[in-house]
Amino acid sequence: MGNFDKKLEKFWDIFYEHQGYVKVITGLENTLKIAVVGLAIGIVIGTLIAIVRVLPKYRTLPRVLNGFCTFYVGLFRGTPIVVQLLVAYYVALPLLGVKMTALNVCILVFGLNSGAYVSEIMRSGILSVDPGQMEAGRALGLSYRVTMMKIVVPQAVKNILPTLGNEFIALIKETSVVSFVGAADLYVAFNYIGSNSYEFMVPYLVMALIYIVLVAIAALLVRLMERSLRKSDRRN
Amino acid sequence: MIDVIDLRKSYGNLEVLKGINLTINKGEKIAIIGPSGSGKSTFLRCLNCLEDPTSGSIIFEGVDIADPKVDINIHRRHMGMVFQQFNLFNNKTVIDNIMLAPVHIGIQDLRQKKIKNQFIKLRNLFSREKKELYPITASSTDIKNQARENALRLLKRIGLEDKANVYPSTLSGGQKQRIAIIRALAMNPKVMLFDEPTSALDPEMVGEVLDLIRQLADEGMTMVIVTHEMGFAREVATRVLFMDDGKIVEDNTPEEIFTNPQNPRTKEFLSKVL
Repeated sequence: MGNFDKKLEKFWDIFYEHQGYVKVITGLENTLKIAVVGLAIGIVIGTLIAIVRVLPKYRTLPRVLNGFCTFYVGLFRGTPIVVQLLVAYYVALPLLGVKMTALNVCILVFGLNSGAYVSEIMRSGILSVDPGQMEAGRALGLSYRVTMMKIVVPQAVKNILPTLGNEFIALIKETSVVSFVGAADLYVAFNYIGSNSYEFMVPYLVMALIYIVLVAIAALLVRLMERSLRKSDRRN
Repeated sequence: MIDVIDLRKSYGNLEVLKGINLTINKGEKIAIIGPSGSGKSTFLRCLNCLEDPTSGSIIFEGVDIADPKVDINIHRRHMGMVFQQFNLFNNKTVIDNIMLAPVHIGIQDLRQKKIKNQFIKLRNLFSREKKELYPITASSTDIKNQARENALRLLKRIGLEDKANVYPSTLSGGQKQRIAIIRALAMNPKVMLFDEPTSALDPEMVGEVLDLIRQLADEGMTMVIVTHEMGFAREVATRVLFMDDGKIVEDNTPEEIFTNPQNPRTKEFLSKVL
């Protein structure tokens, strides 16, 4: 194990003395930005898609929207996220002539991707709410949209919070592929330290630990949020 | 007040309501009785279009609300409904349950009036005839305060003002149902529809709910009640309908129905339940 001390020393040299920690902090920041903003976008898109998919389908418009949403979910669940990143960055953006930083592309793609997954989670949440809740709202003269947003969706969110927490954790971990399009995340930071010290054991070990801590914090936050939302239940 | 003309409702090939004609006058208390599967609840739910009728008309205050082009939300405000399973909003406190619809609809109306007033002002600039603006008497804060006062007054009436800030999950069935009734009352409905309001209650809680419904009846509220409480129907109703197989088989005063039923099916049903 004498060897390990030397490795630790090399790591510390690059990490601290040569300001490697600046890169780590930037990487951490970007990882969190992609996961948090991505999930936020995902929740908005997912909720909209879920509502479209549970809409009564007597008329043409809901049918067309539903078809579009099915296509969207199929597209984003049917391809790996790395492929989506590459296609977005190297195919879609140049074709559209849009200029965007790699980080923003990652946030967008992760948001669109998680929207597809959240939509299915949210749909099951909406279906788990007693239909009587919708009927009661409608019977009072509230519109479908208002009853949905004020009564059904809040209860659905409460029911699916554990699953949504899962999605958030998965998202945090999946961000480790963003270096494919050149966004600087934790992997890029520790890879930099590794290549500069010619020593990869300690950097990757520390990286793994950071991911574990991040996920543990996320799990704790989800649990706290769940508890505060459960206050309308008697069992808490 | 409500005229139902040849109302029919089918689910796929199954015809549940087979042509119902009925006139409900202001102040009438109509009890609907009949065996299960006879279409009582479906009929009641068609009255405020919670179930879309397959054909026929429901004329409520001169408007055919069965017409899909009619904005049903406006007419539902004047028809209170009470469900068998209470259906209080689980994510709202008791007082929010009662205030939600009046506040939301009040503020929505206010917003629409303001928008219309802007248009009228713009028109008035260019035309000689000055049109009058819609009067705006209350701000959104006023609307909220009024709704809160009204909700507290209603809660006090049923003796549950101390429950204003709890969630429905902590209440007993009888309390939930009485709150569901005053939630409907908070909209000042012109007619109340009760869908088996006591069927999901423990026996000792049936009384408190029936007492409240009886009070409303005494105050002159028009109501339609689907019920299995024959004693209550007999005492409170001014008219009793016996439904069987998707049709109104007998329509008479409670005295006549319960003591001297004409139709053999009514006789058979009453001999079983009384």
